Amino acid sequence: MTTPAAPALSNTFDRASLDRLLTDQHSGRAVPAWANDSRRAAFERLETFALPDRRDENWMRTDIRLFKPKAWGPRRRPGPEAPVPTGLLADFLAGDSSGGESFFDEAPRPSGTSTQLAGRLLSLDGHVLHEQLDPALASRGVLFGSADRLLASHGDVFERHWFSVIDSQCDWFAALHAAFHTASTVLYVPPGVRIAEPLHVLSGLGEGGIDTSHVLVVLGDGAEATVLTETAGGGSASGAGSGFHCGGTEIVVGRNAFLRMVNLQNWNTGVWHFARQKAVVHEQGRLQWTLGALGSRLSQVAQDVALAGRGASAQVNGVMFTEGRQQLVYNTLQHHEAPGCKSDLLYKGGLQDRSRLVWRGMIKVDKAAQKTDGYQRNDNLMLSREARADSIPGLEIEADDVRCTHGATSGRVDEEQIFYAQARGLSADEAARLVVAGFFQQVFDRITILPVREALARAIGSRIRRIS
Amino acid sequence: MTTQPQEKLVISGLHAAVEGQEILKGVDLEIGRGEIHALMGPNGSGKSTLGYCIMGHPSYEVTAGSIELVEADGTRHDLLAMEPDQRARAGVFLAFQRPMSIPGVRLADFLRHAVTNVRNPDRKEGQELMPMRDFRSELKAKMADLSIDTEFARRYVNDGFSGGEMKRAEILQLAMLRPKFAILDETDSGLDADAVRLASQSIARIGGAEMGILIITHHEQLLEHNIPLRTHVMLGGRIVESGGPELAAELHKRGYERIRAAYPEAAAAEQSMQDALGNETAQPVTA
Ligand SMILES: Nc1ncnc2c1ncn2[C@@H]1O[C@H](COP(=O)(O)OP(=O)(O)OP(=O)(O)O)[C@@H](O)[C@H]1O
Ligand SMILES: [Mg+2]
Repeated sequence: MTTPAAPALSNTFDRASLDRLLTDQHSGRAVPAWANDSRRAAFERLETFALPDRRDENWMRTDIRLFKPKAWGPRRRPGPEAPVPTGLLADFLAGDSSGGESFFDEAPRPSGTSTQLAGRLLSLDGHVLHEQLDPALASRGVLFGSADRLLASHGDVFERHWFSVIDSQCDWFAALHAAFHTASTVLYVPPGVRIAEPLHVLSGLGEGGIDTSHVLVVLGDGAEATVLTETAGGGSASGAGSGFHCGGTEIVVGRNAFLRMVNLQNWNTGVWHFARQKAVVHEQGRLQWTLGALGSRLSQVAQDVALAGRGASAQVNGVMFTEGRQQLVYNTLQHHEAPGCKSDLLYKGGLQDRSRLVWRGMIKVDKAAQKTDGYQRNDNLMLSREARADSIPGLEIEADDVRCTHGATSGRVDEEQIFYAQARGLSADEAARLVVAGFFQQVFDRITILPVREALARAIGSRIRRIS
Repeated sequence: MTTQPQEKLVISGLHAAVEGQEILKGVDLEIGRGEIHALMGPNGSGKSTLGYCIMGHPSYEVTAGSIELVEADGTRHDLLAMEPDQRARAGVFLAFQRPMSIPGVRLADFLRHAVTNVRNPDRKEGQELMPMRDFRSELKAKMADLSIDTEFARRYVNDGFSGGEMKRAEILQLAMLRPKFAILDETDSGLDADAVRLASQSIARIGGAEMGILIITHHEQLLEHNIPLRTHVMLGGRIVESGGPELAAELHKRGYERIRAAYPEAAAAEQSMQDALGNETAQPVTA
């Protein structure tokens, strides 16, 4: 890993920084012209944008007044001594989890079993440090790894989808991401290829680091895969440090394909997190998409699912836990474009201290989308009186033969539950943790990836303090 | 009656209030291990309040008096100074009149925590739980004893349980935790006739000679296999009369008219308590 002796980096996202990205060569192969054109177009848009403000519906509940865009720019490749933060999944993928023993599962899991990974990619401050793919999969035509490398070598596979799933021109953050993304990952699974083991992408930040990584996942017809992406590191709210993530995720699920996608956001609490994520699911395709969010100072996430082919289905799971003064905002869209599709969203949030969680959900049903089955629900558990949660469900239905429902609840941990558990010998803290774990159980039950469930349960458990 | 010194639960001069309103107005009660006591009394007389005070419910403020565990050698332990979970670990158990549901928490997992803590009173959170194999075989055996299907342990604690199922789950917990002293607050309510008989037998078997039990009830069926050493009658926040098993039968048949007439002061307290609370028999706070 050598530090390029190139001219000093411009430390803002300006034309000089862009030019540098455009002329960078990777693995000796040129990035295709269409990819560079996409950056240039985004940059032109970026220059026309101001930061979004509260007049914009999607940003009404997001306070970014303290975000200083000029403070951010590309970062140098970190030296080999730079510490790489650990993700939430690390322990659970390595198989050293002990909590999984079940009363009902008499055959204990063989100890020391670890989840094999089909591939991994690790980046730090916007630079890929390591990537790897099971050679057996590579020989079956699976492409996975650094976008710079794979767009150069297999551009034709990705060109159709690259920045065409998400709207990269809708606001300042989207345009910044499209112009300046680095350390991006692409995955292509050819038709009929089923990958049993997960692919893992960890994006890390150092103190004050910046991550603009993009993820594009394309599953061919009948393909299957599990993708686990997680974020870690950055500065903490208490320290002087900070961090900035401006990312995007694009997902294409082919006909009869099945994707399990997981995004775990666990930045330290000084990090600004902006992400635009969208999946398109084709005929009879299935998507299980889980968002876990525990970190960041402020998050603004758009999560869209388009059910584009007859009989497609999407299950969307959200697990959020906030504390301190964290503020997390989610705008979700379940867009039924084709008939006979099913979407089922369940977001669950736990809020501690003075944190704030906003979910604004929309089910949109096009005229053509008869026999739609749409559901959205958001439950929040308030662990302090100062925390605040907003749930704003919405329906926009143009077809007439549909079933669409939504629900939202907000409640506190019941002191009577705590007392009941205490009366059976559980300490108040232990009782509170159990009650909160129980609250999340309903969404954990839907997440079919054991390490993800266990990692989230443990991370949330360790954050809960005695309820005031 | 044994004359051997034995461990006792001793309540003396207990006054307790909820939201500033005095409910218990001087309760004295002594229960030795191996003894069964029955507590009866009209609705709202303060029976559940006594149970909550013994267990340490935060809404009930003890304003005077004491609740102590007194060991056979005379060593005294002040329950009032303990958190509810410390009391449970010290060997006190309350079967709730209205058990709380804890959605998402499986009965098996809940009980494994409970059993581990009660059997290792010094356990800190995060330390090892009872080995799953031992726990599993013990719980399965206890469930079989009580004719409860094993699948029941998979259900979330009291979540969507029928009234009868809740009470059977309380008895199951009693059986697993094997406390020194148990207060059973209307554990017979909600059970059908057969289930009450089964409960009565089970409690007798669980209790044995080792457990001191206070049975709060409006009926006498639960006492069929648990003949009380003493039957106490609570009225207006005080135990006004104590007697043998025949007293339970009398109250069950004839009601509290004789008692009210015999203790006009307590009857007046009962009346004024109801007036203060808006003439309603309020239920313990539940969500
Ligand atoms: N948490 C509470 N808040 C307000 N009032 C309460 C509370 N708990 C008990 N009380 C009042 O205290 C009195 C005694 O109630 P308690 O539940 O102890 O009666 P009880 O003897 O158990 O009645 P029952 O036979 O109906 O179970 C009642 O008047 C009741 O309304
Ligand atoms: Mg009662």
